Amino acid sequence: MGEEGKGGAVGRHGSAPRVGLFVTCLVDAIRPSIGFASLKLLEDAGCIVEVPARQTCCGQPGFNSGDNAIARDLVVGWIEAFEGYDYVVVPSGSCAGMLKCHGGDLFAGEPDWAARHSALADRTYEIMSFLVRVMDYRPSGVAWPGRATYHDSCSGLRELAIHDEPRALLAAVDGLELVPLEGNDVCCGFGGTFCVKYPSISNAIVAEKARQVGASGAGLLLGGDLGCLMNMAGKLSREASPVEVRHAVEVLAGMDDEPALCRSE
Amino acid sequence: MEQTSHRFKENAERALASSTLRVALDRTTTLLRTRRAAVVAAFPEFAEVRGTAARIKDHTIAHLDHYLEMFERNAIASGAKVHWARTPDEATDIIVRICRQAGARTATRVKSMLGEEIGIGEALAAAGIERVETDLAEHIIQLAGDPPSHIVMPAMHKTHEEVAELFSRKHRRAPDALDVASLVESARRELREKFLSADVGISGANFLIADTGSVVTVTNEGNGELTTTPPRVHIVNAGIEKLVPTVEHATVLLRLLSRSAIGTEFTQYTTFYNGPRRESDRDGPREMHIVLVDNRRTDMLAGFLRPMLRCIRCGACMNHCPVYGAVGGHAYGAVYPGPMGAILTPAMSNLAVAGDLPNACTLNGRCREVCPVDIPLPDLMRRLREEQWSRGLTPRVVRSGLGLWGTLARRPGLYRLATRLAVFSLRLVGWRAGRIGAFPLAGGWTRHRDLPSPQRGTFMDQYRAGRRR
Ligand code: SF4
Repeated sequence: MGEEGKGGAVGRHGSAPRVGLFVTCLVDAIRPSIGFASLKLLEDAGCIVEVPARQTCCGQPGFNSGDNAIARDLVVGWIEAFEGYDYVVVPSGSCAGMLKCHGGDLFAGEPDWAARHSALADRTYEIMSFLVRVMDYRPSGVAWPGRATYHDSCSGLRELAIHDEPRALLAAVDGLELVPLEGNDVCCGFGGTFCVKYPSISNAIVAEKARQVGASGAGLLLGGDLGCLMNMAGKLSREASPVEVRHAVEVLAGMDDEPALCRSE
Repeated sequence: MEQTSHRFKENAERALASSTLRVALDRTTTLLRTRRAAVVAAFPEFAEVRGTAARIKDHTIAHLDHYLEMFERNAIASGAKVHWARTPDEATDIIVRICRQAGARTATRVKSMLGEEIGIGEALAAAGIERVETDLAEHIIQLAGDPPSHIVMPAMHKTHEEVAELFSRKHRRAPDALDVASLVESARRELREKFLSADVGISGANFLIADTGSVVTVTNEGNGELTTTPPRVHIVNAGIEKLVPTVEHATVLLRLLSRSAIGTEFTQYTTFYNGPRRESDRDGPREMHIVLVDNRRTDMLAGFLRPMLRCIRCGACMNHCPVYGAVGGHAYGAVYPGPMGAILTPAMSNLAVAGDLPNACTLNGRCREVCPVDIPLPDLMRRLREEQWSRGLTPRVVRSGLGLWGTLARRPGLYRLATRLAVFSLRLVGWRAGRIGAFPLAGGWTRHRDLPSPQRGTFMDQYRAGRRR
């Protein structure tokens, strides 16, 4: 991992690090507040943040369906849009995992692209792991009273080894009590296109997740991946559960003005 | 067994509708996961041994021809006969021929997945040879007429209440009580005399040791030795990937197998077979035959599925798979279920008919995390999807949906416009409630879940308009 360092990271030219924020297609369309919370956290941590206009999607839907051609083109688009930044930060473990861990598989026989990919992949992070590992940042003066629990989305957990970072950040939030979630490391049944290709199986898995969320006693479910959060919020909402669902960065940035997922404005 | 992988979705629906199946799966997989976690936590060198194990298997697979010939030489030197089968039919023909030559009317069998793979049950039945399954779980599914639903616990789909009912109906003398111990006793009573009167005993192999020609099996019930020792003839059926170079290598894998499979440090019985009875032996079979089966393994060896040949059939991947946990083994419609089956079934049959299997997976990666030989199961499933895509086997709706998405995603300007339109129409339906209960083309999602209504305006539009926080 390229220029990883603890605290007060500097950019490649000695000043504050310039971060390109990859907002992801789901955040762009469904929940922009996650993008703005990420922006705020990165700026509070001392980064200069830009959102390149050419970004679209990380390519996961194509890659996971076996269509490597489209996935390759989207990863190329990502490299071109972001390689001028010190870091790329993504508010999603699965999109960051796609770009970082799988993007390189798409350039067999294209050594130039493979090299450009690997140089950028080294500087690409999921947001919470970036805030902790690179910026050594903890929020201050943020409060969220109540009991919350955390679901570890699979790509973040297994591809990027993100586990402690969200918890370290949430520990700095005043009033927030983080309670354990049984099966926190078990898939929620989202799986991208899986949930619409195999809706009944996906439903059985997320129903079990909703049961465990209910049993945790938390009033707020947090996570780091909007796809999974939409799946769990959708199920909890259908079951009329009182548990609210949010991306962890919304809480970390103190942005509680927007209603939780599946809640009315 | 009849393969029904092409009806995976139907099979899954049926499984999801069964509440007893859910109870059976929950009980057993939870127990196996908990026990595995405890025993792995108490084994600090697990990760290291796992790496060694993967390297041992990789090495052996890379030199398979060499080790197979070594094994054959040493097995023959120990007095065994070695047979080679390219296909399941060749394998069962060989086994039936050996049984006939031995004049066998009854064969006892200790469970092996390879036996299931080649269809030994059907073949013996067709040849008029009575087959007695001596493994408790195999005895259960033989009585019930079910195919196995798990590679270590073939009767995983049955609750003990269902087993009690089955035994009461089918055993010559009904069980004395319906608790688990009485059921086991009843099965024992039913099977005991058959052990001693069988003409042929058939087993599998967990490992084949090249430099000694030995066959290694691990069992827990004591039925293994009773199946392989009293009969005149012992037949071993094994896949060619079971080889390891030496006993030392086998012991590395043995340290992982039982821990991963059932969460115990070791199995009750670990048996090394070296040829038939010798002059000085007091018991044992007069003949020992080893049938080595390919069944597309050499094809796997030559392609991208090669890491799958490391598999030691522990079942940990299915015990930790959320899809297997929801639908159980029968939904996969083939001998091997769960993550490893989702790869082996298309490899051993046909990607066109087993096309759902590598897709019915969320790519969550837990199977790989627990696999004792570090097989990159999710990557292999994705590679199979890639092959489906390039061979035109991907369903048309998926293809055209992705085609449209790809066209847009390649063009940021057009993509912005499309996102804006989608957000606009979703908000039309959902903004008041904050959620959407039904939406055209989104039935797969909204049948079971609400869809969150998008917030006002896409991120990109708001950002361009100057919003920063
Ligand atoms: S793939 Fe790995 S976890 Fe699954 S049965 Fe084989 S060895 Fe065990």
